Amino acid sequence: MSATAKKGAAKKDGANQPFIYRHYDQEKLRDALRKMYLIRQFEEGAEESYMRGLIHGTMHLSIGQEASAVGICLGLTDEDQITSTHRGHGHCIAKGADVSRMFAEFFGKITGYCRGRGGSMHIADVSTGNLGANGIVGGGLPIAVGAALTAKKMKTGNVVVCFFGDGANNEGAFHEALNMAAIWKLPVIFVCENNGYGMSTSVARATAVPNIADRASAYAMPGVIVDGNVVSDVAEAMHEATERARNGEGPTLIECKTYRYRGHSKSDRNRYRTKEEIEEWMTERDPIEAFESQLMEFGVIDQKGIEDIRESVRKEIEAGIEFAKESPMPEVANLEKYVYTEQA
Amino acid sequence: MDAQVETATRELSYAQAIQEAMAIAMERDERVFLMGEDIGVYGGAFQVTGDLVERFGTDRVMDTPISELGGAGVAVGAAVTGMRPIFEFQFSDFATLAMEQIVNQAAKMRYMLGGAVSVPVVMRFPAGSGTGAAAQHSQSLEAWLGHVPGLKVIQPATPHDVKGMLLAAIEDPDPVMIYEHKLLYKMKGEVPEGYYTVPIGKAEVRREGADLTIVATSIMVHKALDAAKQLAEEDIDVEVIDLRTIRPMDRQTIIDSVCKTSRLMCVYEGVKTLGVGAEISAMIAESEAFDYLDAPVVRLGGAETPIPYNPELEKATVPQVDGIVKAARDLVTGAR
Repeated sequence: MSATAKKGAAKKDGANQPFIYRHYDQEKLRDALRKMYLIRQFEEGAEESYMRGLIHGTMHLSIGQEASAVGICLGLTDEDQITSTHRGHGHCIAKGADVSRMFAEFFGKITGYCRGRGGSMHIADVSTGNLGANGIVGGGLPIAVGAALTAKKMKTGNVVVCFFGDGANNEGAFHEALNMAAIWKLPVIFVCENNGYGMSTSVARATAVPNIADRASAYAMPGVIVDGNVVSDVAEAMHEATERARNGEGPTLIECKTYRYRGHSKSDRNRYRTKEEIEEWMTERDPIEAFESQLMEFGVIDQKGIEDIRESVRKEIEAGIEFAKESPMPEVANLEKYVYTEQA
Repeated sequence: MDAQVETATRELSYAQAIQEAMAIAMERDERVFLMGEDIGVYGGAFQVTGDLVERFGTDRVMDTPISELGGAGVAVGAAVTGMRPIFEFQFSDFATLAMEQIVNQAAKMRYMLGGAVSVPVVMRFPAGSGTGAAAQHSQSLEAWLGHVPGLKVIQPATPHDVKGMLLAAIEDPDPVMIYEHKLLYKMKGEVPEGYYTVPIGKAEVRREGADLTIVATSIMVHKALDAAKQLAEEDIDVEVIDLRTIRPMDRQTIIDSVCKTSRLMCVYEGVKTLGVGAEISAMIAESEAFDYLDAPVVRLGGAETPIPYNPELEKATVPQVDGIVKAARDLVTGAR
């Protein structure tokens, strides 16, 4: 993959540091690493809680995809909005949500972001600009375009990021949404997290073009392919797309090539991919390890700093789970609350 | 809320009343805008938006591509983020392409997010048969959406109501689906000037009577009123209720009426089975009005068939005045 080669080249040439080292201060970069750990440990904590029966239903883990969530959200403000997917925990955290309230939601508690009505698949934090994960593949695509229409009409200067997976690129909603965003030149960035599989069906078997980004040409917008496991590459593509969007030049499609370590959901027996393939991504291309070594290489952090981050994240996760456990359940008497807006 | 500032009235068609409501809303609130297929210079398939694009410009009267799913979703996304879109389906049948956004997104977003957002979108559905447009341009699928918590579904029957209810819908914080029977577009009636609202969720007794309650929706209200006139000549005194809203349904008005008349007939254009009349009948069966019933409930709904092209067949597909008269007479005289 060309993106991987680019990454190698950037490392050798110290004078020409990768994008994020030129563009963001060191504290921001350390915070990005912390966010990646927060996502990873949040999902491990959620998985463990699920195994222990504290969380019911199902969940879709994005472990292995942290660089894309964090790289995309790095330059966004709380006013910039995102729509997310069924694999959306990472997006929610990267956008700034509090893991305690996320855990509380997963535990079905009233203190959760959705007051126990949404769970993992509808996790959202509107206060930090996350309009919500979505249980329908492609469901968020037109909604993101609508949010971008609002931004344009109200002249807010904000951008909207629409996360979706490789599976969604074969939904009609994808094509309708990209077309409308393009004809109206809306400030939206379509971010495809291509983890290789829509549930069990590989991209090669499901999609007629080799890259999802190739679809962009049909809608007259730039289609950019990046190594979705390299924070700087993701952030750089996102930065260019954001500038373009804020300048009124319209949407961009960014394809982040990445991989999910876990199965599609909790019912997955992993019969459609090999152990070797999973192993290779985990050991050779882990996004957190790669980012850590790069941060150390450029002197942004040392081993002690990394350990401090891991420890503080561990504590935050522990406290989050504790908060969720101790929070009260919603009252059954309020079952119908929030179906409609309460009116005076 | 009802008709606060009713001033002078004048005669407008149902389509003109809708157009006037949209114009008033756009003048009052800059967040309101229109989206739909060919609603700009073309004026809409039924000329409901007419010349509004000339008054408000293409940014507020937006032609969309032929993308019902995407277009409806854009309206939902704009609504969630602070705008007040009114989305027109060219024909209500085409909304089948947009069910994902209506049913999974618009209806559920507030609930799924625990009240963190609301979805103040209005969607307009030109519906119904009688235009010779055959099976894919003539359906009455309002009961589909009436089945979905989170949506409000209205069927105004008069120019007065459609203006007031549309203005109420635009003010409403939740998604409101407005079903407009295409044969009503040219119907004229007295419409107040200026701004007023007619509340969503309130049925209206259009004619008081003692022998039989007919609950009708949309165009069937007018057929039921015609039937009631004929039946009056036979000394059969019919009460006609215009349901106006199918979700949330005004149960009490129907219950009170049935307690008074002891007989109930439901008349609606949608397919009879599992339609609006089924809900009304079941609701009465569960209510205190059940003990008052002197005869079984009767439903007159659409035939169990797609809408056919041939005009005679098409007419036979949905309830007509003669059929209502006969069914009501049989019900009251015990002939059935």
